[in-house]
Amino acid sequence: MTLTEIRPGAVTSQGIAGRGPWQLAWRRIRTDRVAMVSGLVVILLCALALAAPLIAAWNGHGPDDQFRDTGITAQGLPVPPNGEFWFGTDRLGRDLFIRVLYGARVSLLVGVVATGLAALVGVVVGLLAGYYGGVVDTVLSRLMDVVLSFPYLIFAIAVVSIAGPSLSATIGVIAFYSWAAIARVVRGQTLSVKEREYVDAARSMGAGDFRIMFVDILPNLLAPVIVLTTLLVPAAIVFESTLSYLGLGIVPPTPSWGNLLSEAQGFYRVAYWYLGFPAATLLVTTLAFNLVGDGIRDALDPRMERLFSRRRRTRKGA
Amino acid sequence: MLLEVSNLVKHYPITTGALVKHVVGQVKAVDGVSFALAPGETLGLVGETGCGKSTLARCVAGLHPVTSGSVRFDGADITNLPRKRMRPYRRDIQVIFQDPYGSLNPRRRVGSIIADPLVIHRVMSGEQLRRTVQELMERVGLNPEHYNRFPAEFSGGQRQRIGVARALALRPRLIICDEPVSALDVSIQAQILNLLKDLQTEFGLTYLFIAHDLSVVRHISDRIAVMYLGKVVEVGDAELVYDRPRHPYTNALLSATAVADPDEAERRQRIVLTGDVPSPIDPPSGCRFHPRCPRAQEVCSSVEPQLEGSAACHFPIEVVV
Amino acid sequence: MLRAFLLRRALLGLLVLWLVTLGTFLLFFVAPSDPARTLAGRQATPEQVELIRHNLGLDRPTLVQYLDYLGRLLHGDLGQSYFSGESVGKLLAADFPPTFSLVLGGAVLWFTLGVGAGVLSATRVRSLMDRGLTLLALAGVSMPTFVVGLLLLYFLFFQLTMAGVPILPPDSYVPFSQNPAEWARHLILPWITLATVQAASYARLTRGSMLDVLGEDYIRTARAKGVPERRVIYRHGLRAALTPVVTQLGVDVGTLIGGVVVTESVFGLGGVGQAVVQAFVSGDLPVIMGVVTLATTAVVVANLLVDVAYGLLDPRIRLA
Repeated sequence: MTLTEIRPGAVTSQGIAGRGPWQLAWRRIRTDRVAMVSGLVVILLCALALAAPLIAAWNGHGPDDQFRDTGITAQGLPVPPNGEFWFGTDRLGRDLFIRVLYGARVSLLVGVVATGLAALVGVVVGLLAGYYGGVVDTVLSRLMDVVLSFPYLIFAIAVVSIAGPSLSATIGVIAFYSWAAIARVVRGQTLSVKEREYVDAARSMGAGDFRIMFVDILPNLLAPVIVLTTLLVPAAIVFESTLSYLGLGIVPPTPSWGNLLSEAQGFYRVAYWYLGFPAATLLVTTLAFNLVGDGIRDALDPRMERLFSRRRRTRKGA
Repeated sequence: MLLEVSNLVKHYPITTGALVKHVVGQVKAVDGVSFALAPGETLGLVGETGCGKSTLARCVAGLHPVTSGSVRFDGADITNLPRKRMRPYRRDIQVIFQDPYGSLNPRRRVGSIIADPLVIHRVMSGEQLRRTVQELMERVGLNPEHYNRFPAEFSGGQRQRIGVARALALRPRLIICDEPVSALDVSIQAQILNLLKDLQTEFGLTYLFIAHDLSVVRHISDRIAVMYLGKVVEVGDAELVYDRPRHPYTNALLSATAVADPDEAERRQRIVLTGDVPSPIDPPSGCRFHPRCPRAQEVCSSVEPQLEGSAACHFPIEVVV
Repeated sequence: MLRAFLLRRALLGLLVLWLVTLGTFLLFFVAPSDPARTLAGRQATPEQVELIRHNLGLDRPTLVQYLDYLGRLLHGDLGQSYFSGESVGKLLAADFPPTFSLVLGGAVLWFTLGVGAGVLSATRVRSLMDRGLTLLALAGVSMPTFVVGLLLLYFLFFQLTMAGVPILPPDSYVPFSQNPAEWARHLILPWITLATVQAASYARLTRGSMLDVLGEDYIRTARAKGVPERRVIYRHGLRAALTPVVTQLGVDVGTLIGGVVVTESVFGLGGVGQAVVQAFVSGDLPVIMGVVTLATTAVVVANLLVDVAYGLLDPRIRLA
């Protein structure tokens, strides 16, 4: 076959399977121990949250069951951690461990759903603004400015005073405040990607605007979007807990880490576990998400790697 | 004529102003260019970087709106057509881009890149699509098994073959080659040029071939047009323009190209142009080449020479027969 | 060129201000809260409620009320609270000092800590120090402000006091004019709270920006010329690296003036944030509008100051 003979630059060997950018990133992140451990923690937390009803059924402590005999001391105070109540009990004699697990369901749900919504809206708005430019861009960009410069708690308070505190209001508030951050990044990336020649190529073939935006441009900005989204999940969890702490998010009796901590505030002098366990769980969760996000960013952003290696070289030389 | 471009003008406005934008000037990228292409013919379009040849290509391909003038394809006026009405013509006019790195989407597999035109125009799908793409890959000299690889796994020459396969997919009638080999090594340039030539014979293609290097264009073109600052200064039969240039600018351009034959190199004198290429915002009066022209006289700075015959020059180089 | 640029930014700022106040105003009228009913009390007859509504001017069309608000705003008048009848300007003037003290002191602390940690990290990339600081910063970013506050209360107030070292008070605010030492003592915990969360993101920002700058050619040139490493980092590197950090500072100080509700409520400081929570719950429109106007103005002015600084520092921005 003459064609194979004249094929130039025969660097492609049959033995190596085609490796895409994603596979390369996966290979890189697999060597990142911190990110892998954090990923396991996140998976474990999700599993525990999903299994919360099973665990509650197994040890017989429902999230709202009050144990007036074993769960409250003679002075009417919460009971410290013991064999029956692993995390101790709260002010009404409820099992804090079970309530923290149920709180995880709420926090993770809010974090993931709100971020997902924000990512969806942010990507679409950012793409439209960056791709069409002109008046569309001006209007959408100003909208982002307004959302980003608005003191978010004031906005949350306003919404809650209208809709009343609820799960969907919480998700709505967080999503509304988060989309602009994603949209801004997507817009900036779109501005630079749309100038690439392959976008011209697609246009010259007769591709429509939507095909260009979603088939040609979007895959090229997935990396920053994924990183930002992973980092926004812990931010959303923090946001949810803050709203719930202020009584503007998830309201009792539904447990959430924020309202647990709000209840605990009055007891921190007598019941350290009441404050300690929800706070620790919250911190482990958000930290794990942040570490995973950092790991993904390092894996997807070869520029960082270059910076590191350059720095190492100069240090050796010095 | 398959393609007729007449008096094509493309100006980019320069705007300023804090609140209300107002136009303060025009970049005259293409300033009145006419040419025609017969079916099966190759026209080489040559000029330095910034002379407007790429802009011209993009205007013809319908990528940029035209300021004035017209582009006719197969008798139909396709100037500034709205996207919907332009669509059928896009099947017949394809583009091969200059940068084999920039023109292929790094996040998509080669198979789907080559399939793009077929998918966009809903020509075929499924197994038939895959087979067609693999046949195309084979035809341009790529291993069809590399269907699922990403552009980053190919060399520059191979990438340009991918670009050629993509342009070929719809069996177009006209292919605009926008400096398809200038980003490649010289040894690979010849391979791609040969491939393009073979494909032209096989499929009866018409090429508008753009390059900044006359020697590249010479082998593949039937006719050559030379551009300077948004205007065509000389046009003619490829061999004639190459061997007996009439416009002083063509002559200078030729003297700058490397010549393999040492005797030939000996005979040629190098003409080094003085000064920089003037700004297309404010091009020189009269003949645009006059500030740098070794043959310039009084009249050149006031009267613009027209492209009558082969060269737009008041004092063309005499052809010694 | 610079003047035109600033003019454009100022007009944009005004536009943002206008949109935000309009949005808040409309939001209020969608809300089910009815200040007239709240004010009249449970036993009031519909006629009494109507009278109060009329007296407050709430029976006029929304648009008229908005124009009235805008008109008064132009004269610097923010109106009167529906409930206490006091002028909103006066109320805010009373709420402003705690918030301002909190943000200003916190900003000094977090900027120093954040930039210091960032530079330290960036100049020792991948060292143990860098990894430790990065992890610490990440932990800071991961913590909700109120959790930091609660933990500080537990350890630095409660445990210290139990251990017989009652140096830090739990809450309340003492005006600076009354007793500067007490003012500072009462603000230490809130400052640390605010600074912990903010310093973390500043450390990350500074580290990233510093790494970018240290990768630039001119830094390599400076090193190649034999400029001492200290000088390279502090004179050449830090100066350029600080630009985005200062931008962020401007934005944050503006945003926080209206957004330190959490810290204020953990430590019971009183202040603008708490005032707006109360106003929203009771439906006190003039106070809500006053706070929103003030908070947004703070954001807009801070952004504008950043723009001015930018325009003076970096001539390239003027072309944008």
